[in-house]
Amino acid sequence: MIEMPVPDQRIIAKRASIADRLRKIVPAEQVIHTSEELKAYECDGLNAYRQPPMLVVLPDTTAQVADIMKLCQSEGVPIVPRGSGTSLAGGSLPTADAVVLGLSRMKDVLEIDYENRTIRVQTGITNLAVTGAVQPDGFFYAPDPSSQLACAIGGNIAMNSGGAHCLKYGVTTNNLLGVTMVMADGEVVEFGGAYLDAGGYDFLSLICGSEGQLGICTEATLKILPAAEGARPMLFGFDTNEVAGEAVAAIIRAGLSPVALEFMDKPAITVSENFAKAGYPLDVEALLIVEVEGSEAEIDEQLTRIEAVVAPYKPSTVKRSGNDIESAKIWAGRKAAFGAIGQLADYICLDGCVPLSQLPDVLKQTAELAKKYDLKVANVFHAGDGNLHPLIMYEANDPDSSRKAEELGADLLRLCVEKDGCLTGEHGVGIEKRELMLTQFNERELRQQMAIKDVFDPAWTLNPAKVFPLSLSEPHIDDRRAA
Amino acid sequence: MMDTPDTEEGVAQAVQDAVIDSTPLEIRGAGTRLGLGRPLQAARTISLKALDGVTLYEPGELTLVAQAGMTLKALDDLLEGENQQLTFEPPDHRALLGTSGEPTLGGAIAVAASGPRRLRMGAARDAILGLRYVNGEGDILRAGGRVMKNVTGYDVPKLMCGAYGTLGVITEIGLKVMPKSEIVKTVAIAGLSDGKAISALAAALAMPCDVSAAAHLPDTVSRELGFSEAATLLRVEGFETQAAYRIERLIEALAAFGAVVEIHSDPWVAIRDVMMFAGDDRAVWRISMKATDAPLLVASLREQIDVEAFYDWGGGLVWLACEEGRDASAVAIRKTLAGFGGHATLMRASDAVRAAVPVFEPEIAPIATLSAGLKSRFDPAGILNPGRMRA
Ligand SMILES: Cc1cc2nc3c(=O)[nH]c(=O)nc-3n(C[C@H](O)[C@H](O)[C@H](O)COP(=O)(O)OP(=O)(O)OC[C@H]3O[C@@H](n4cnc5c(N)ncnc54)[C@H](O)[C@@H]3O)c2cc1C
Repeated sequence: MIEMPVPDQRIIAKRASIADRLRKIVPAEQVIHTSEELKAYECDGLNAYRQPPMLVVLPDTTAQVADIMKLCQSEGVPIVPRGSGTSLAGGSLPTADAVVLGLSRMKDVLEIDYENRTIRVQTGITNLAVTGAVQPDGFFYAPDPSSQLACAIGGNIAMNSGGAHCLKYGVTTNNLLGVTMVMADGEVVEFGGAYLDAGGYDFLSLICGSEGQLGICTEATLKILPAAEGARPMLFGFDTNEVAGEAVAAIIRAGLSPVALEFMDKPAITVSENFAKAGYPLDVEALLIVEVEGSEAEIDEQLTRIEAVVAPYKPSTVKRSGNDIESAKIWAGRKAAFGAIGQLADYICLDGCVPLSQLPDVLKQTAELAKKYDLKVANVFHAGDGNLHPLIMYEANDPDSSRKAEELGADLLRLCVEKDGCLTGEHGVGIEKRELMLTQFNERELRQQMAIKDVFDPAWTLNPAKVFPLSLSEPHIDDRRAA
Repeated sequence: MMDTPDTEEGVAQAVQDAVIDSTPLEIRGAGTRLGLGRPLQAARTISLKALDGVTLYEPGELTLVAQAGMTLKALDDLLEGENQQLTFEPPDHRALLGTSGEPTLGGAIAVAASGPRRLRMGAARDAILGLRYVNGEGDILRAGGRVMKNVTGYDVPKLMCGAYGTLGVITEIGLKVMPKSEIVKTVAIAGLSDGKAISALAAALAMPCDVSAAAHLPDTVSRELGFSEAATLLRVEGFETQAAYRIERLIEALAAFGAVVEIHSDPWVAIRDVMMFAGDDRAVWRISMKATDAPLLVASLREQIDVEAFYDWGGGLVWLACEEGRDASAVAIRKTLAGFGGHATLMRASDAVRAAVPVFEPEIAPIATLSAGLKSRFDPAGILNPGRMRA
């Protein structure tokens, strides 16, 4: 079980007065205080961990956010920023003495500039709504987390989220040009803007991926890109994971730059196929979905080249989509995978990343470890960049099964680090991987990162108990308060 | 005193020594970019030149990890062998700054040197997977890693890029590299005004043609590269039929601006390295701003000062040359730019001018406080390249 810090009773004692003061900043109904309503904010996508916050406040403007921050700062109240609460790492898990600052009402598109290919939005807007705003004019916002219908841009920035198409277009940090951020003390600061590469220290880089610990992003300027004329996937089946892994490396090396390169292993294929009837072969060990984009002719040529590069790896299935219906079918199984597995069991979705050359070995060891813990693991992941998503199936209401699932998860993440990879490719550390940080970094390295938080949030009230092991952060905070 | 350690421990030792006698330490690679930033007086110098090995190169993973002192030339040769290249097309500042030596990878990363391809493939910071560095206390630290996606902890590697060695001595860098295209072609439209040219580039960049570079050279500047009038340039890549198709589409989309013709010389190295402003003694500025505002800025400046300009990154990067005088026209340039928004960096001027004029865009108060805070936490003794970025 992951521990959370002991809530500060002195803060909880002030609950009523803080609520009153928040009601002076935002309309009364935007301060959520009944235990019934607070329940909606007790967890995020990592729903094995739940803790209702002291209060929730839902501002409409940056100025209100600034006033909320000033109030909380003066009272020493922890703040947990929240977008849509889809974090899989417990990134927006509250503490009992915290105010959750929800951005869900701030979802306006503020400006679209096609000539400069930028869009300015409030950060509570969903990822898909950003693309939705520019799609009629032939543009899109590139990072596409699978949760894009629900997740907010603020959450994407905080987690530096990725998606299937990031292989070609990069993740959030590569598509973020500027933010308006409310600092811990309520000061409103603009970082970057509607241009590339501002001079000075690269604060945007620090802000993106800081998991809500450096400030509250209320507005963002994002890059938008012209949409391709078309896109089509191709499906390959292989007899072993190893060979499929080698084929991935061959495609990347050949410079064929597909927009997506997704991998499914046998357990994932079986479950998805039963659920979605995508027509996947059931006699293979691994499937690759490779998507390319461009004009019809470009697509054909690229797929032909990819087929040729993969041929030496003797795929037992080769299926090329010829039209939109076939494309949708090939994607149907992949898109249904998480949901299909969710129908069978509770699952933990891991997010380690490894070098491509390690993929086959990591998949092999994953299967062995799963066997050791007597749990089922399915693998569905972004193979082009080595970002694994082992789904550990378990039973949430069986404590033994839950414990085993957590232990297996930790073992698998340690394996990723051992293989020269990392704990998290796109979901973030949150509370989930916090205690494992010392397997990837040493204490001095983490202290240097903590020093960055000191600079932005001297009192350490922003999103407590995330990212850094409690064994490091708690004494650090005590020292700072004593000093 | 110049130290040229050939191990990371040696680098850490040099930093610790400087801490002990609180002596400023100048960090250099080959020294080809020392003219960037503010001039520095330091009793100690550390050169990373001897730290020049390749730690790892996996072409199938598009991954390269090399030590900071490796020369870009050696790196290019290595990548060339696998038909690969760096994503960010780092400029070579030797001609512009009148320096010599072989530019190093560490130097390019420390100054965040990004060339024309930045438009399509991202800046130097976007290519960085991870790095190793020595902080101002002499600790050898890792940040990031060597995998393609990594959100484990704060993104310190990108912070180091563009910090001009003021936060740490970079010793090793992990990079994402990319395959070379089969075909690289450049097309041009002749004779456009700055405003029309930027509109043409915007129209091209709104097409799904993966344009990998987009520049406009106004009349006088274009002549330096052998054009007879203003040249609006687009670089198109891909495999043979793909490149041809993309050019066809651009010709169609840009017809209203003029004839789009293929040119058979490669102007991009010259544009990357700002060759048009090399070899004279004018001050040179690099301005990052909204592309569509760029011609307006330049027009306004032309009314105030004697200035030559050209545009890269579809107009989002403006290069200016003007008389150096006392302040390299910093006041006029920054005041005019403030009306649009953006950042002006003084890239070339005498030491005296670079000491007197803020080389980087002055920071607003809260950001200045954060910068000072970071500096004091990465380099508490204030010994790493002190004053390189801010007085
Ligand atoms: C089914 C499913 C599929 C998913 N697929 C992907 C995927 O493909 N790729 C991927 O990268 N992730 C994926 N995720 C994870 C998750 O959707 C992302 O991390 C997402 O960016 C979280 O956004 P959110 O708005 O829900 O943020 P929340 O969960 O509300 O918050 C996430 C973090 O951001 C902080 N935060 C939120 N808003 C702000 C703000 N305005 N300012 C400062 N900090 C803020 C929070 O404090 C928290 O630390 C998936 C999740 C689910 C449930």
